[in-house]
Amino acid sequence: MNPDPMTELDQISAAQLAVANRELGPELAVPLPRDTPDGAALATALVESYPPKVGRKRSKHIRVNDPSTIPTIEANSRTVPGIITQRGCCYAGCKGVVLGPVTDIVHIVHGPVGCSYYSWMTRRNQAIVPEGEANYLPYTFTTDMTENEIIFGGEKKLLAAIREAYELLHPKAIAVFATCPVGLIGDDVHAVAAQAREELGINVFGFSCEGYKGVSQSAGHHIANNGLFKHVVGTEQLPDELKVNPIRVNLLGEYNIGGDAFELERVFARCGIELVSTFSGNAQYSDLARSADANLNLVMCHRSINYMAEMMETKYGIPWLKVNFIGAEATAKSLRKIARYFDDAVLIDRVEQVIAEELAALEPVRAEVLSRVGGKPVMLYVGGSRAHHYQSLFADIGMPVVAAGYEFAHRDDYEGSVVMPTITVDADSKNIEELTVAADPDAYEQRKSPDEIAELAERGVRLGEYDGMMAQMAKGAMVVDDISHAELERLIAEYQPAVVCSGIKDKYVIEKMGVPCKQLHNYDSGGPYAGFKGAINFYTEIDRMVNAQVWRLVTPPWATAPAPVG
Amino acid sequence: MLDHTPTPVMERTALRINPAKTCQPIGALYAALGIHRCLPYSHGSQGCCSYHRSHLTRHFREPVMAATSSFTEGASVFGGQPNLLQGLATVFTTYDPDIVAVHTTCLSETIGDDIPQIVGEARRQEIIPASKHVIHANTPSYSGSHVVGFANMAAAMAKAFATPIESKKRGGDRAQINIVPGFVDPSDMRELRRLAEATGLRPVLFPDTSGVMDAPQTGHHQFYPDGGTTIEQLQNLGRAEATLGLGYWASRPAAVAVEDKSGVPRELLDLPIGISATDRFLQVLARRGGAIGADLEAERGRLVDLIVDVQQHLHGVKVAIFGDPDHVLALTEFCRDLGMHPVHVLTGTPGKRFVAEATRILGDKAPHSNIGGEKDLFLLHQWIKNEPVDLLLGNSYGKHIARAEDIPFVRVGWPILDRAGHSLLPTLGYAGAIRLVSRMTDALLDRRDRDAPDHEFELVM
Repeated sequence: MNPDPMTELDQISAAQLAVANRELGPELAVPLPRDTPDGAALATALVESYPPKVGRKRSKHIRVNDPSTIPTIEANSRTVPGIITQRGCCYAGCKGVVLGPVTDIVHIVHGPVGCSYYSWMTRRNQAIVPEGEANYLPYTFTTDMTENEIIFGGEKKLLAAIREAYELLHPKAIAVFATCPVGLIGDDVHAVAAQAREELGINVFGFSCEGYKGVSQSAGHHIANNGLFKHVVGTEQLPDELKVNPIRVNLLGEYNIGGDAFELERVFARCGIELVSTFSGNAQYSDLARSADANLNLVMCHRSINYMAEMMETKYGIPWLKVNFIGAEATAKSLRKIARYFDDAVLIDRVEQVIAEELAALEPVRAEVLSRVGGKPVMLYVGGSRAHHYQSLFADIGMPVVAAGYEFAHRDDYEGSVVMPTITVDADSKNIEELTVAADPDAYEQRKSPDEIAELAERGVRLGEYDGMMAQMAKGAMVVDDISHAELERLIAEYQPAVVCSGIKDKYVIEKMGVPCKQLHNYDSGGPYAGFKGAINFYTEIDRMVNAQVWRLVTPPWATAPAPVG
Repeated sequence: MLDHTPTPVMERTALRINPAKTCQPIGALYAALGIHRCLPYSHGSQGCCSYHRSHLTRHFREPVMAATSSFTEGASVFGGQPNLLQGLATVFTTYDPDIVAVHTTCLSETIGDDIPQIVGEARRQEIIPASKHVIHANTPSYSGSHVVGFANMAAAMAKAFATPIESKKRGGDRAQINIVPGFVDPSDMRELRRLAEATGLRPVLFPDTSGVMDAPQTGHHQFYPDGGTTIEQLQNLGRAEATLGLGYWASRPAAVAVEDKSGVPRELLDLPIGISATDRFLQVLARRGGAIGADLEAERGRLVDLIVDVQQHLHGVKVAIFGDPDHVLALTEFCRDLGMHPVHVLTGTPGKRFVAEATRILGDKAPHSNIGGEKDLFLLHQWIKNEPVDLLLGNSYGKHIARAEDIPFVRVGWPILDRAGHSLLPTLGYAGAIRLVSRMTDALLDRRDRDAPDHEFELVM
């Protein structure tokens, strides 16, 4: 049932939080409500319903948080069969998440019909393409593999499909995605792509992103990064007239779901920050091809795109900065970091002016929503970055995060990039290719010297690293990786949250429990939630959900009250 | 919108663009939800199960619980037996279903996992509690479509449970009639049961997602909702006078399986969408011991009365219909009954029968219609560009074509991802036909209102 309104708002002050967050240090967690259940006991209870071996395995994925001594958590390991997981597959991460949003590539899915069908417009990636340019987002393309190809091989059909796509549409580029059976029957999508590239004279490239690879969507992100890096990045030059402004960035890991990238484009334009490319929301092929000419990579969803940032730094000398444009304070902080990086007085002033103006418009909404939702507990079980990023939005409106976790993250997403050298790659992930990248003798250009990078770090601009979710969460909050249905239901029953952020598969379970659910994969509807205007949208959305009339109608009046007198 | 679709049709042999079908496992998963206390189980990569649950959830706006074998690369190479054994152990321990319905995917089919053998092994190892059931259907994604997957899982229910039963009488005097409802909404299954009960028969629907995929909001999540065909009902399929399979694609294999296993004769009918198909449905129920009473006749009469009232708006209207074959054929017949002209009739599901049946239904209109079996929405759009229509009927994937060509659009079939209420209100039966007529007329009149100059913008229409 919907919890009663919390009355403990007095223990936190939004103003205090806002002031603390103005600096560039770690963001503060909203303290947990006083009646929050004991985490340690709950962690034990969470695995009681499993076979003992499964329970022991799952226990490693469950931690009670302590931001001062961040615990080690098991992540990015295989899901227990039958447990009812949120996770999807490698293909979903590669085509569905990373490549799919690029508007003018014809994405041909080589496989049975379902894989292309399910990833067709369901992610809500929006795009506004320049006049005369191609937008294939409302289309999905597949070889619709049948039994005949499973038995005799599908390479011929794939080549024919590529030719037909070219003849019909004459796209700039064609990408080919392998699905489960393709790997098993031995079709070589890369060889077919190479042949088509030769024949058609356009870029055609393949991805071996069969669904069974890795343990989740995460493997697909990595494969997508590798393919884009090998076949697209650096293949075109930014025109000279676009090189006038040295404040040029790529925005990595922003997929323009519900228009998030549009809002960031607006904010960047106001600040005078030139956006060379976005990987891959509202993106066109040439944007990505020219991305090596940016002077800073901004990493939004690091889980899906950190490989790209690392490889571009090595090959082209472009440093990367972890940003978070989810939440007003987080957005302001990220903009300030960008300004300090470029060390440009005009930019620094302009950023401050934009922040001041945007916050002035936002502040009344935030204050009003906070007065109605502040102190009410939230749970987030979603994605590989969002369960962290959205904590900043909830912090804006004073809602404590009692429990959170990711669907497909790695340890560093929980514990911070500092643990990356200690992460061991298990058998399920070791087959995902790690590209060997070296500085490009022609294209490498060091943007910042090691001394400058060290100096920036002292001033709060830490390049090439990030904090994990745990650093931003309160002591005693519950962290669960790759949560199962059983665990999610138990946590909701124990914490009685006012809102749960999760995915479409959980959404109606949660709402059947009388708790509103904000779907944070594609938002279902609505958005943008990024940037300043997005934050306003999110505050009002959460206000609507938490305080909706309908929750008062769930129990019929005759269950609790005498009949009215007519 | 869809700016890259050229008007000239270029023949394609390899490239499918904007399919009008999806893969078998999602249909099998949906069918399995129609058994009471059943947990559907996908034997393959976890992405399949995730996509299927997501897509079904978006249509029904309900929880869709299902488990997966979560294949990794190792399982794909060495076989999925350990995954299925582990999966069944986890499922029975943690989620306590009465029955697990396993379906395969292209992955487990390609590597050739033998499901009965693995389930047998699970029995031997006592992973499956003695009182519990595991059934399975082979649903390779590379053949058929989601409708075929539904049909295969429905047939699996009959194969697993139907047995010959000599004494038909039980549970009062009313004769039992089995109904395989097809890939339809819970509201439709509810409506079919109501109609059959109104004839005095005792219907057993299988599968039956009413009460499962339209569960009430109570503030409590019931993992296994109250609805669904019970195992006892499935074990008693042999008691029926007949099995009515509604829709050739979705229901024939199950009706055949009941007959093969129990000797109960099958009757194969069109999906009762519209007046004629509903008439035939009731006539067969009457032949099998039911009676069409005054109430049902009055219900039919109200539908006919509505058709009379709006005939001037529907007559001669050119319509394009796409979707699942059983739906499209029934809708085509209904549109003919309404005096409309189905100019384009298309399904993505394979099967030569579709073109033959559509041609028969269209009769003298057939030579003036495009009929497409195993085609896609890219082609449908091109057909419409070449021969425009006044109305488009189909699932949510038609909305882009409707916008691109500025055509009134009525959503019908599966999936409907951008509107709500379809799973609560019937499309089948006379009640469903009244809704369809009303919605089609509204769409056409809304368009007329929108386009009318002020002097022709009328209060009374």
